[in-house]
Amino acid sequence: MLDDFFIRALLAGLGLALVAGPLGCFVIWRRMAYFGDTMAHSALLGVALSLLLHVNLTVAVFGVAAVVSLALLALQRRGALSTDALLGILSHSTLAIGLVLAAFLTWVRFDLMTYLFGDILAVGLTDIYMIWLGGILVLLALAKLWRPLIAATVNPELAEAEGMQPERTRLYFMLLLALVIAIAIKVVGILLVTAMLIIPAAAARRFSGSPEVMAVMASGLGMIAVAGGLFGSLRFDTPSGPSIVVAALVIFLVSLLPFGRRQAIEQPASERRGDSRRGGIS
Amino acid sequence: MLDRRDGAGALVTLRGAGVLRGGRWLVRGVDFSVSPGEIVTLIGPNGSGKSTTAKMATGVLKPSEGDVVRRAGLKVGYVPQKLAIDWTMPLTVERLMTLTGPLPAGEIDAALAATGIAHMKKAEVHHLSGGEFQRALLARAIARKPDLLVLDEPVQGVDYAGEALLYELIGRIRREIGCGILLISHDLHIVMAEADTVICLNGHVCCRGTPKAVSESSEYRNLFGMRGSAAIAFYDHHHDHEHLPDGRVLHADGSVTDHCHPDDGHHHDHDGHGHAGHDHAHHDHGPEGGHRHA
Repeated sequence: MLDDFFIRALLAGLGLALVAGPLGCFVIWRRMAYFGDTMAHSALLGVALSLLLHVNLTVAVFGVAAVVSLALLALQRRGALSTDALLGILSHSTLAIGLVLAAFLTWVRFDLMTYLFGDILAVGLTDIYMIWLGGILVLLALAKLWRPLIAATVNPELAEAEGMQPERTRLYFMLLLALVIAIAIKVVGILLVTAMLIIPAAAARRFSGSPEVMAVMASGLGMIAVAGGLFGSLRFDTPSGPSIVVAALVIFLVSLLPFGRRQAIEQPASERRGDSRRGGIS
Repeated sequence: MLDRRDGAGALVTLRGAGVLRGGRWLVRGVDFSVSPGEIVTLIGPNGSGKSTTAKMATGVLKPSEGDVVRRAGLKVGYVPQKLAIDWTMPLTVERLMTLTGPLPAGEIDAALAATGIAHMKKAEVHHLSGGEFQRALLARAIARKPDLLVLDEPVQGVDYAGEALLYELIGRIRREIGCGILLISHDLHIVMAEADTVICLNGHVCCRGTPKAVSESSEYRNLFGMRGSAAIAFYDHHHDHEHLPDGRVLHADGSVTDHCHPDDGHHHDHDGHGHAGHDHAHHDHGPEGGHRHA
């Protein structure tokens, strides 16, 4: 039952989930979900460029995502439009340029669905090396950046007053995010990359008492989602990328259930189940 | 107690420092220095440039004119005015303490005990009250054993009794750690009695002096209670010019100028200390940020 392609898919997915966990936590803490989406959309331009210029797909996607994040920083500095509006412009214009470019590529078969939703069952050994090497690189860089990044996330001004460089830290973080999105495209595709970042991290919040625990927990939950989603897709013959995201969603929904007593106050769902009998009206 | 305006031995010195943003001076012509063991208090209405000045002192903002000199290797402890931690980040008080650098466990406990929140060590910061959170931030800043402590409205959200205790604590920190303290207060009338220099800002340095010691008076004790009596004082002063709504300045002698440089009109210079006769009637800042004189 466990064919070769399935093992490869599992390895690729687990590698991605491992690195997406901690990065996804920062995406949530820094409220950068839309930024992640923008980078993912810009990946389509990367795909078109890689086909056009015969460059490696991951390299091209990373390049475009990095340029987009630098462009965002430059536009933010001008301060004319809100970050929200800037992201909307960057996100959709890169997507559109990518599609227009792809239309010119008449000599290649451009399977849009593969790039939009990923094709994890088609990953080769090179992709797996890419995911794990890139992933380990990102995790090492993140470990080195950890304290300044947490401090800059809590309050950039405080970090800077006490001798850190939050602006530079933020740039490094954006580049790491670009790298993760580049290696994730093959696995879950452009439209579902942000889900791999955000959903496991959001599910981990409930069970975490510190940023560090939440990062590790997000990796773990993401890996469970990958395994669950892939086995599900094999069992029910469903598309693999979306199945992984559905599995992550199930984990997130479970995290909302009012078991235990930790942070029960903040959970709006605490009335949904029978155990609220004890607490009566509260 | 010396106002070392030459900056020798000072932790940080601002000379004629100002910040220009979008064609408007947020603050201009600021001169002061903070030396080890000295408390400098900045007061002024909203938008008067207090936080901007503090940011110049810490190096977060570069001055557009003048210069800011910080002692090499200066270790800053900073309590920002606003700090909103996203609920999605799980953060205990204990973890908050090591935000910008590792600390020995003993130092963390000592700082939390000094600010009176030792029992909250394991609590999530999201569950703290405003006053408790403010104490946690102060504890974090002092646990670093900084050379310069910058406190941007450290008593906001703290009730009167707590405010007095915090001011007492700040005085104690100065004596025990020997750090210089730059304190910002929006409250024009109540500042620390222990402050060595009070600088009143309103887009520029309006005046400066020592806080008047009123702790002996019985009305004061009735108002703030016995415990706070040594910690808080009134800073009685008045201004000799008015900021007109169009940004020009009306001086006491009737002249109107575009800015209020000390050489314009008749400008008080409350420089230096020990001017016991500094007992002018207090003043209000009008809604447009100008000064009215009682």
